[in-house]
Amino acid sequence: MVYLTRKAEFAASHYYHNPKFSPEEDRRIFGKCNNPHGHGHNYTLEVTVKGEVNPETGFVVDLKDLKDTMSREVLDAMDHRFLNKEVPEFLTLIPTTENLAIVIWQRLAPKLKAAQLHRVRVYETPDLFADFYGEE
Amino acid sequence: MFSASHRLHNDSMSAQENREIYGKCNNPHGHGHNYMLEVTVSGQVAENTGMVCNLADLDGFVQREIIESFDLQNLNVLPAFARTIPTTEHLCVAIFEILRRGYHQAHLEKVRIEETMMNSFEYAGGEEICC
Repeated sequence: MVYLTRKAEFAASHYYHNPKFSPEEDRRIFGKCNNPHGHGHNYTLEVTVKGEVNPETGFVVDLKDLKDTMSREVLDAMDHRFLNKEVPEFLTLIPTTENLAIVIWQRLAPKLKAAQLHRVRVYETPDLFADFYGEE
Repeated sequence: MFSASHRLHNDSMSAQENREIYGKCNNPHGHGHNYMLEVTVSGQVAENTGMVCNLADLDGFVQREIIESFDLQNLNVLPAFARTIPTTEHLCVAIFEILRRGYHQAHLEKVRIEETMMNSFEYAGGEEICC
């Protein structure tokens, strides 16, 4: 069993707001992140997959295939986007870094064939990241 | 860190298959990387030293047994890759085995290698890595 991690970067804007909260509650809970005009981050995505090394190729997974899947399923949808308005999942879900990790997992897991998804890590800034390992 | 060249090629496949599977990595002249190696060991903290292991000894072992073997070499011609393709998956396994056989001051947990800033590989002797 070998683990392989591929990184990618995307830039996006978001803001935090829960329609069930009053404006005062939104401001108290989300602080500056509640600014309705949004703000942006350079996100770093790390996708880790695991599997046995194929004796024919020496690969766990073809890195180019993994890169293409990440580009198609995540970067094409999220890079240079306003997450709240342009990514369907975030029309009803607050685009926190936690939820980004979950949504990215849900987008990637059904598309990966050769290897099994192990972890999705999303850095919102170099100092802050969220990990998701699936439901277990 | 060590710098080495490699070429990904399987003699049992056709030239076309090799190009399809390995892409640019199949270039017959090879290409190189700066590999960043991380070795993780675990153990109880010794009361008299406050250490899990002596880092100087671990550094010395890695330098002597790994860096000196792989740094500024062509991986394809090394004995470690006489029968395996020098992908970073296999490099992780080869380095883990060197440590497992020769380094006994602490428990070897895993080996992690960054092939580029965007790719890394981990091997824990076939064990699951929890996080």
